[in-house]
Amino acid sequence: MTVEPYEITQTKPSKSFAIEPSGAKPLRRFNPTRIMLYSVLLVAAVYYLLPLYVMMMTSLKGLPEIRLGNIFAPPVEITFAPWAKAWDTACTGLYCEGLKVGFWNSVKITIPSVVMSITIASVNGYALSNWKFKGSEVFFTILIFGSFIPYQVMLYPLVIVTRELGIFGSLQGVIFIHTIFGMPILTLLFRNYFAALPEELFKAARVDGAGFWGIFLKVLVPMSAPIFVVAVILQVTGIWNDFLFGVIFSGVKNFPMTVQLNNIVNTTQGVKEYNVNMAATLLTGAVPLAVYFFSGRFFVRGVAAGAVKG
Amino acid sequence: MNSISIRDLSLNFGEATVLDQLNLDVAEGEFLVLLGASGCGKSTLLNCIAGLLDLSEGQIIINGKNVTWAEPKDRGIGMVFQSYALYPQMTVRGNLTFGLKNAKVPRDDIEHRVNRAAQMLQIEPLLNRKPGQLSGGQRQRVAIGRALVRDVDVFLFDEPLSNLDAKLRAELRVELKRLHQKLRNTMIYVTHDQVEAMTLADRIAIMRDGVIQQLADPFTIYNQPVNKYVASFIGSPAMNFLDGAYGVDGQPSFTSDTLDIALGRYTFKTRAEDNRPIYLGIRPEHVWVGDAAQEQPFRSDISVEVVEPMGSDTLVWTSLGNQPFHFRMDGQATVNVGDRLPIGFDPVQASLFDKTSEIRL
Repeated sequence: MTVEPYEITQTKPSKSFAIEPSGAKPLRRFNPTRIMLYSVLLVAAVYYLLPLYVMMMTSLKGLPEIRLGNIFAPPVEITFAPWAKAWDTACTGLYCEGLKVGFWNSVKITIPSVVMSITIASVNGYALSNWKFKGSEVFFTILIFGSFIPYQVMLYPLVIVTRELGIFGSLQGVIFIHTIFGMPILTLLFRNYFAALPEELFKAARVDGAGFWGIFLKVLVPMSAPIFVVAVILQVTGIWNDFLFGVIFSGVKNFPMTVQLNNIVNTTQGVKEYNVNMAATLLTGAVPLAVYFFSGRFFVRGVAAGAVKG
Repeated sequence: MNSISIRDLSLNFGEATVLDQLNLDVAEGEFLVLLGASGCGKSTLLNCIAGLLDLSEGQIIINGKNVTWAEPKDRGIGMVFQSYALYPQMTVRGNLTFGLKNAKVPRDDIEHRVNRAAQMLQIEPLLNRKPGQLSGGQRQRVAIGRALVRDVDVFLFDEPLSNLDAKLRAELRVELKRLHQKLRNTMIYVTHDQVEAMTLADRIAIMRDGVIQQLADPFTIYNQPVNKYVASFIGSPAMNFLDGAYGVDGQPSFTSDTLDIALGRYTFKTRAEDNRPIYLGIRPEHVWVGDAAQEQPFRSDISVEVVEPMGSDTLVWTSLGNQPFHFRMDGQATVNVGDRLPIGFDPVQASLFDKTSEIRL
């Protein structure tokens, strides 16, 4: 009797001599449990995305079509006129120049605030982690404590401070406020990141004769890209979305986009232009959305890097 | 002339005293190894010498200059770290030249020094790579190169080989010794590895709890450890310690319940009184087996309990006078558990320690 080896490898070993693996075989990809799970997730996703969908659709419709009242229906006739109006001619209180004024105001507020707060906080974090001085821990604790105090408590004192400095109701005023309020969280972020870098690197740079700024700029900053990305995202979205400080400290002329959006939407005269309101809202949210979209990957990486080692 | 003098150095972290009134002189061109278990203060001492830690009290003099409060860069030292501490964003060349650029060394001088160091350490082909693209051994060479280009008289090494695997460690150890023979710089080398200490050092300082226990050349440390701690720290496998008492019964001897070892020609540092509890320490490699044992002043028969063959030699665990005992045999010897073997040793090679103070007698 001859048995071909090829056939032996092809047939399954019979139960009589095979040792059964313990435990169940992993489940197939689509079984009732899985289907159930995905259905629930799908419903949840739809539920969360529905408002965005309604906004998108409404902003592309003309007013007559909106009056029909079917908010879920896609536009019969797509029109970009509401977007153009929101950007260019919608009335924000007294002026009818659209959101573009607010957009550029927000840019003028956000960029200097982000740059200044990150610059100062990174130096703070560096000093607190590498050049410990007497009382540096106390200083750090106070700084962190600052981040737990509700903003509202500090509003009036800050109004007085900025008034005395002569920058209340100006771009400088609101930039000053954003820089201060960014300090606690950003300093914490940078301190933890720098503290997680190997201490010997810092020592080596000192032996190599680099000073306070030399070590910071030439050794530490070039290896800290992830944490700078995190800080930029945090600050850009935070400051762009801010309403409270903008409305209080920037002055009517410099109202950021969020405040102007509010003014457009809350205008009581005339017909409610839902399509323009929706377009304006989407325009205002576009910047943080874009920031998340393009840098989400870095954000997660940076946060994780800080979290694991810090 | 002394290259480095440390006078009454103390260092406190808050309440904790890490180093207390420490004195140390290192001769010019000497290779000094600071050896000790982790937490003994050896790295702390090195950081103090480098100027990376401010001392609480005392003075540090390097090459006749009092550098107690000088910045690290002004002390005339180069330092090599355990984790290499290379700047990851710079190339090898950038790493080597960083310190020189900070010191504003002229460009052609920088070029000259970098080339010389790269040649000496055989890292010329790596000059344009980043540290991330190098192996551990190559990285540590670059780190040594970074100290080398500084053209200083004193090199400080903080466990430079600890992150490398065993084979590379042995290679670089020899290379470091060769480098020292060529350069004749003063080197202070911190390690917890006794093999590195024994092979590299002109003198070894064994530290414990911030205090230097013994400062001597490797042979003295090996043969005449000043206390039980040093004796047990140096040597692998560790020294045997037999528990007993000192007796002057006609001639000096070590006695326990079951042992009576005549101490013969053992040279005492201090005379002990009768019946003082002592340890007798004997290194596993100073125990002779078989025929060779017959010529030794002390002889006994033992039965083999555990055998550890290691190729080059074989380690045998047994008991002597009801106390655990181990000794080293030729690697080719065939021994089996349960064998009875005659062993012997010469008390001249032994070390006696007082049982309470643990100081050598």
